[in-house]
Amino acid sequence: MLEVKDIYKSFGDFPVLKGISTFFEKGKTSMVIGQSGSGKTVLVKCMLGLFEPDSGIISYDNRIFKDLDENERREIRQEIGMVFQGSALYDSLTVEENVMFPLKMFTNKTRAEMIDRANVVLNRVNLVDKNHLFPSELSGGMKKRVAIARAIVMNPKYLFCDEPNSGLDPKTSIVIDNLIKEITQEFDIITVINSHDMNSVMEIGDKIVFLKNGIKAWEGSKDNIFETDNEAIVDFVYSSNLYKKIKQAHLKGL
Amino acid sequence: MNYLHHIGAYFLMLREVFKKPQKWKVFWEMLFREIDDLGLKSLGITAFISFFVGGVVSIQTALSVESPFIPKYLIGFATMRSVVLEFAPTFISIILAGKVGSFITSSIGTMRVTEQIDALEIMGINSINYLVLPKVIAALFFYPILLAIAMFLGILGGWVAGLITELFFTEDYLFGVQLDFNPYIIKYSFIKLVVFAFVIVTIPAYHGHKVEGGALEVGRASTKAVVWTSVVIILLNYFLTQMLLG
Ligand SMILES: Nc1ncnc2c1ncn2[C@@H]1O[C@H](COP(=O)(O)OP(=O)(O)OP(=O)(O)O)[C@@H](O)[C@H]1O
Ligand SMILES: [Mg+2]
Repeated sequence: MLEVKDIYKSFGDFPVLKGISTFFEKGKTSMVIGQSGSGKTVLVKCMLGLFEPDSGIISYDNRIFKDLDENERREIRQEIGMVFQGSALYDSLTVEENVMFPLKMFTNKTRAEMIDRANVVLNRVNLVDKNHLFPSELSGGMKKRVAIARAIVMNPKYLFCDEPNSGLDPKTSIVIDNLIKEITQEFDIITVINSHDMNSVMEIGDKIVFLKNGIKAWEGSKDNIFETDNEAIVDFVYSSNLYKKIKQAHLKGL
Repeated sequence: MNYLHHIGAYFLMLREVFKKPQKWKVFWEMLFREIDDLGLKSLGITAFISFFVGGVVSIQTALSVESPFIPKYLIGFATMRSVVLEFAPTFISIILAGKVGSFITSSIGTMRVTEQIDALEIMGINSINYLVLPKVIAALFFYPILLAIAMFLGILGGWVAGLITELFFTEDYLFGVQLDFNPYIIKYSFIKLVVFAFVIVTIPAYHGHKVEGGALEVGRASTKAVVWTSVVIILLNYFLTQMLLG
């Protein structure tokens, strides 16, 4: 289990996170949602140790991150896969080299073994015959797939995805969402997804953490998001007309 | 205060740079790429500039020693001295500060703003060590070669200028070049260059690595890096000259 306890984080005088506590479980796709600027990325970067929280505890299966030394942190990081908001593929490397990179850095596999493994994960994300293209030659959706492939190539225990479907069309979004969900179940890993896309939330949100003004305003699952009368989440969910209509239908028992 | 902060952060960065690479195989691969990017790709501009600067120095010297009482071989002597002592190491370094420096800042800065550096750190890779050490080693290894080429072409340029302008004779020039030859000035020049090479890589790397924001900030950081690298080279040049020759 991945636990977050009472995390505070400010930039200068500006508080972004004001005491966030929650936990994320194995085999479930957990989603952190909230408006743009609500601190989703900051929260994830705190969990990853890219930002040092001002106070609070992050614990990876009872390993408290801030108590670890640099080497122990590196060990945990090798168990983490991360899909960045903008994919963050290495510009100077091809698709195949991007995916092989963690293997090259942290394993003693031969080149042939690494290529095999890269092909396995690239197949898993349904990206074939693109091995020798550079990131600049890929579409946004393809980049996301490569980023996911790179994130899972080391068989991570923890997978983080920052807005995995931002900039993608609805159809591709669903494909990517389902891919993440399948991978989560298949490998029984802890997956945390940042999103403000209600479609994904309803599609794959086993657990939903809603951030507003630096606090956790609501927590639940996609199944009880329609039942709650928590004003903040209702307001967020129904900022889209489509969802207003869905809720009306839902209440009428349609 | 602000400057002190940057100087401190710069030295903290250097501590990371000189750690043992996490994976030697990857390091060697990077090193060869950097030798190509930072070294071989600067060969043309270095050769071009050295040749013409050498020519200008010899013409100017020739024109200022028109007096019949000053021997013509002084032109060769003066050209050799100024090329080896000053123009080759300092001029080349300033040019490289512009060319290589802006390349380093913008490539590392772009990696920073597109989260590629975060992606490295997440994987447990020391991004500074991974990105900067191969560049430092490539520069320390390759820039002395560039300097040797620059010295040779500078002196050659001076001679060719003489042939074309007919301001002096080949025998005089070559005699002057070899006159009172002191190997120490070559050593001095290489010492200076090695120090500058270090600065040319590390200051732009520092500026690139700490960029925050987007493309605009990367551009600003590149400009800043080039300015600071040049300033530091000029200052170090002064102190090194005083220390080594004074
Ligand atoms: N490095 C930083 N320095 C200063 N402020 C920052 C930094 N990173 C984020 N912030 C601030 O923290 C707040 C939350 O940003 P964050 O990126 O976490 O939002 P987000 O919820 O991920 O938004 P989006 O959905 O647009 O990605 C913003 O107000 C932002 O300005
Ligand atoms: Mg974000």
